[in-house]
Amino acid sequence: MPKRTDLRSILVLGSGPIVIGQACEFDYSGTQACRVLRREGYRVVLVNSNPATIMTDPEFADATYIEPLTLETVAKVIEKERPDALLPTVGGQTALNLAVALHEAGVLEKFGVETLGASVASVKLGEDRLLFKRLMQDSGVDVLLSGLARTYDEAVEIAKPFGFPVVVRPSFTLGGSGGGIAFNVEDFEHIVRRGLVLSPVHEILVEESALGWKEFELELMRDTAGTTVVVCSIENLDPMGVHTGDSITIAPQMTLSDVEYQAMRDDAKTVIAKVGVATGGSNIQFAVHPGTGRRVVIEMNPRVSRSSALASKATGFPIAKIAALLAVGYRLDEIPNDITKKTPASFEPTLDYVVVKIPRFAFEKFPGASTALGVQMKSVGEVMALGATFAESFGKALRSLETGRTGYLGAVAAHRADALRVARPERIFAVLDALRAGTSVAAVHEVTGIDPWFLDRFQEVFAVERRVSEAGASRSRPLSRDLLLEAKRSGLSDADLATLTGLTEKDVRTKRLVEGVEPVFQRVDTCAAEFESETPYLYSAYETECEARPSDKKKVIVLGSGPNRIGQGLEFDYCCVHAAGAISELGYESVMVNCNPETVSTDYDTSDRLYFEPLTFEDVMAVVKREQPVGVLVQFGGQTPLKLAHPLEQAGVPILGTSPEAIDRAEDRERFGSLLADVGLAAAPWATALTEKEGLAAGRALGFPLLVRPSYVLGGRAMRIVYDETALAGVLREALDAFPGRPLLIDRFLEDAFELDVDALADGHRVVVAGVMQHIEEAGIHSGDSYAVLPPYRRVPRAALGEIREATKRLGKALSVVGLMNVQYAIHQGKLYVLEVNPRASRTVPFVAKATGRQIARSAAKVCLGKTLEELGFTEEPPVRGFSIKAPVFPFRKFENVDTILGPEMRSTGEVMGRDTSFGLAFLKAALGAGVRLPEKGTAFFSVHDGDKEGALPIAREAASLGFKLLATAGTAVALRAGGLEVTTVLKVNEGRPNVVDRMINGEVDLVVNTPLGRESFYDEVAIRRTALDRDVPCLTTLSGAAAALEAIRARAAGEVTVSALQEAGS
Amino acid sequence: MKAVLLLEDGRAFEGTSAGTPGTAFGEVVFNTALSGYQETLTDPSYRGQIVVMTASHVGNYGLNDEDGESSRIQVAGFVARHFPETFSNPRGKRSIHEALSEAGVVGIHGVDTRALVRHLRSGGVLRGAISTAHEGAEGRAALLEAIRAQPEMAGAALALEVGTRVPYAFEPAVHADAARPRVAAIDYGIKTNILKLLTEEGFAVTVFPAETSAATLLDPGAADGRPFAGFFLSNGPGDPAALTGCVQEVKGLVESGRPVFGICLGHQLLGLAVGASTFKLKFGHRGVNHPVKDVESGAVSITSQNHGFAVDPTTLPANAELTHVNLNDGTCEGFRLKDRPVFAVQYHPESAPGPHDSSALFAAFSRDVRQS
Repeated sequence: MPKRTDLRSILVLGSGPIVIGQACEFDYSGTQACRVLRREGYRVVLVNSNPATIMTDPEFADATYIEPLTLETVAKVIEKERPDALLPTVGGQTALNLAVALHEAGVLEKFGVETLGASVASVKLGEDRLLFKRLMQDSGVDVLLSGLARTYDEAVEIAKPFGFPVVVRPSFTLGGSGGGIAFNVEDFEHIVRRGLVLSPVHEILVEESALGWKEFELELMRDTAGTTVVVCSIENLDPMGVHTGDSITIAPQMTLSDVEYQAMRDDAKTVIAKVGVATGGSNIQFAVHPGTGRRVVIEMNPRVSRSSALASKATGFPIAKIAALLAVGYRLDEIPNDITKKTPASFEPTLDYVVVKIPRFAFEKFPGASTALGVQMKSVGEVMALGATFAESFGKALRSLETGRTGYLGAVAAHRADALRVARPERIFAVLDALRAGTSVAAVHEVTGIDPWFLDRFQEVFAVERRVSEAGASRSRPLSRDLLLEAKRSGLSDADLATLTGLTEKDVRTKRLVEGVEPVFQRVDTCAAEFESETPYLYSAYETECEARPSDKKKVIVLGSGPNRIGQGLEFDYCCVHAAGAISELGYESVMVNCNPETVSTDYDTSDRLYFEPLTFEDVMAVVKREQPVGVLVQFGGQTPLKLAHPLEQAGVPILGTSPEAIDRAEDRERFGSLLADVGLAAAPWATALTEKEGLAAGRALGFPLLVRPSYVLGGRAMRIVYDETALAGVLREALDAFPGRPLLIDRFLEDAFELDVDALADGHRVVVAGVMQHIEEAGIHSGDSYAVLPPYRRVPRAALGEIREATKRLGKALSVVGLMNVQYAIHQGKLYVLEVNPRASRTVPFVAKATGRQIARSAAKVCLGKTLEELGFTEEPPVRGFSIKAPVFPFRKFENVDTILGPEMRSTGEVMGRDTSFGLAFLKAALGAGVRLPEKGTAFFSVHDGDKEGALPIAREAASLGFKLLATAGTAVALRAGGLEVTTVLKVNEGRPNVVDRMINGEVDLVVNTPLGRESFYDEVAIRRTALDRDVPCLTTLSGAAAALEAIRARAAGEVTVSALQEAGS
Repeated sequence: MKAVLLLEDGRAFEGTSAGTPGTAFGEVVFNTALSGYQETLTDPSYRGQIVVMTASHVGNYGLNDEDGESSRIQVAGFVARHFPETFSNPRGKRSIHEALSEAGVVGIHGVDTRALVRHLRSGGVLRGAISTAHEGAEGRAALLEAIRAQPEMAGAALALEVGTRVPYAFEPAVHADAARPRVAAIDYGIKTNILKLLTEEGFAVTVFPAETSAATLLDPGAADGRPFAGFFLSNGPGDPAALTGCVQEVKGLVESGRPVFGICLGHQLLGLAVGASTFKLKFGHRGVNHPVKDVESGAVSITSQNHGFAVDPTTLPANAELTHVNLNDGTCEGFRLKDRPVFAVQYHPESAPGPHDSSALFAAFSRDVRQS
């Protein structure tokens, strides 16, 4: 059946801010869907609150709403746009849940909006474990057995046939809390009795455990005719018990025989048909008992998912793009295979390479959080690698991680005693080290549950390692060409080989090139070379035939940003994608190098040639050698490519745009200091230190409070504010441990300053400010974690803004910036200070682009390629209408026992944008988008430190005038009463009961204003903030944030919130 | 031990010996399935062929006692990028290395299989040899000469060599049930799973040698005093056009008006029997991911395939209609006769290895048999 002509307009829902478990893979899928639907002639209406996405660029939809993904807002968009249909399957669980909510609220019916892809019924089936299980059992598909119990005896009866371990889940507890896995009878009784008490309905689910079973996933597509294909099979290295997002995974599956695999495929087809997925992609998870081979289906997602993004990149089969086409009526056999162009999409990709995905974690940002991995996903990003064999691919994935390892080798860390038994991010390294040290495969398998097949392959790598070491130590039989080739084919990096042989990495590289041991680039072609590939999606392998086939045109390489992490994520990918676009627009060929499967940059449609490769010197040089580009762009991908700028330049590779030397000048504190002096700008008093002793001396000289941080890091890694010497000593030790050899920067902390961020473009002659943002919170909170408003809204004198613009120009010129630059300023007691200059793309570039409607990343890339700002018509700071506010989103819910207080170390995973005509409305939307539900009325609780008591008064007064009842701790209450307000006093946690936390748990508090007591966070405050998080009560930790929130509440009270599209005139 | 895969055009692929050392000749073909190497190794249709697997690792789950498609390894030689020394699967009994060695099969791994497949894809399948001998330029030259002296696959009547020499009943215990319809399966190199699926349809199956005459099969008392209710024409190796005798007998079966079902070589023989012609494909279809469209319903199945020859659909007679088409290259994947219960498919609805999407064809044959 060809595409449907009865539909004209389709609403696409995005997934909102980047959170753990729902990241930029949905920008990739949403961008594909929007692009293809528009190409098919449909009017596309998009709602997504995340400004850092490519999909929210105005050219991807006819009407783009950067609005909160809430029922209320989306309903307004529907009422305004009257779409014929809704596509909810490319925006993650957020979009699916919204579709269900819209259905249940009658919005879809009222406006005659049809749901495409998955029906509401199938979404619910995928969500309801028990319903799903029953359906599966009725269809002859095996599942984990379970039953509901209301008494201990019933639980025992249910569990009898299972054996241990047994899973117990209390019904209807918050986040499934109170559940657990029982390994013996005592555990069982304890967990069951506790669960029965904790469950508000005194009911528990007792379930067979698949802990330690092998875990597999299948990615399927189905069309209206019922044709179903498996796009990709994925095997998890980590057995059941670790969330698949946190597991190392391998595609295709490695250890199932065809009989077993086809039976799984049959089950998957049954699942997708029974759940009633009309069209599109689905992900189905299976567990297989390693001993008996028994196979059970665990769950299914009737939508595009993180795994389907991985599967798309792993196979070259664009699941989201095809899902969108299927949703509008096409059949798989009517859609050509993107890669071959000649064969249809109704086939199953086959791979002649191995794909490895390894997750990337950010536990260092959340001290106190347990690093043990479980069923709750905790990773913030991932890398993918492709290689001719598992070993080669695994080695490439390891070195793609950028966690300081050179690949199979890394700094030998002391592993914890239970490092093998407990799955943690570093378990894989413990596994490698144990095998290397002689622990048997059987023993490692026994403890970890990792299939011996994988462990055996590691053993083979280590055998090569040993031979390389011997050759390195031997004068008589040095490293031969054959052994060198074998080592490279085993996935060992040049740096690994340097460690093994005692040579330098440079020597290894030289020897390798002399011997002619170089990789070739092979194509990801969906068909194992059966058909010609028209699409240059490439990976390196130490094989014999190169398929890169670069053209004679001039080429420019863009280096991507690698795995997502806190501080370096989607925003930089956004910039890289624009850089690729700019390169093409100027008539060059664009070449992308990146290793992050979640991104738009690694979509083969984004650049002329895509190299899915680790971002290391070795791997990038191989691409450079093959492509012979006119230059490399390093300023768009964040810290990852910047780290390569110097080595590349030294190797004779032209770096386009701002010189690495200038980048260094801005980063190196000593040189930066003299730069500021040269241009007559002030920095907060500062010093650098390489040892604890130096640091303490510097601290005493500068005076407290101090801001301490390592150099060359993103996201304020290990950045701390300290108020005394004891704290300083602790922080110095921590930072010196984490970043040995790097100078620490120690600045006088400008307390109560307000901060501004400027993004600007420069072409070497002219510097143009693109946007000035004001942080809403006072200094001390990392810029990535603070609310920011463009344009600055108040408290900043016009003169100061002029001064900032002028300073930016001076800095840009002094550094000879070509491309983007970002400057952070503080205004402290009326005086302007420069906090940081970053002559590169910043995290705020996409936000500024959305707020101003100007493609600033694209323009910057063109400047790097030699265009002047004048030629680009970018000579004036773009005017802005209304207010755009950026709000951060945090992953605290995923990390138990972690304080949610914000500081100079960035911890947010993503951001949303609120746009409106007034500050209050923009803030309201930003907060809503970030999931902060500001109350319209109720009780506001205040507890502020002494310095804030005076400032809290007008805020509390505003709350009272909005009709809030006031509640405060004793000291704060006194201050507020002194201002004439009516306040109820409540006990602090340590003062007895009922205290404020009890009140919060009872739902008697709707808004919390709690400013920290400066030096330490007391137990009391931690408890308040954690309870606020768990109970979804907005918690404001700065007075300026509280004032802004109340302004938003007032704006909402004043009238209806409206929605507007980026494309609307005057918007 | 080093080994080489040499092709008749002189291109050599270096690698490491696996299985038995020595020299093996055959037509070099590639298979893109990710799993199912045991079924492939034991599939009689691969007789005379050196099979290149495109999957990175072949042998991961070992070989077991259940998944063979015949009682022995059939391929002339086996090639992969990597045959792992160890395997992991609860059902696995021996490693790929052990299996090849025990069967005396010459194999090679460490080969750049992607380059090899790209070569075969652009030039078409070629004769070749895997060898651990024939070192040096002279040795190579001698080996090349030997390769070129090997018979071509076109014109090779291999099916006559691989099937049974004497009729036998498949699973005799089941045959004891007199109520079961009796079906004769003509063995040109039949895969075990076909016999299993026919039996699962409730047939009592007797397997006959390839050259069994139509007269014998059509004898009213052929099935222990009863007539056979239907005939199955199996898969098998080689060139169908070389099997002129078999084609004549198949013609006889078709003319009988009794149900006939053919798979792969059986499909080609049926095509020749009704007057169509066959031709050799450039590099054949070997894998488990080929899309085939049912012309009537429009449904697409993912199919298991293994063939180097195909029926030319333009030569089908007026009483035949094309039922299945390969969506990759438009070749004929199946046809049926409009005036009698005779149909065949080029692909493998019995899978083994491969998806089970098309197993309903066995039920269709069963309906034909029970209705006639």
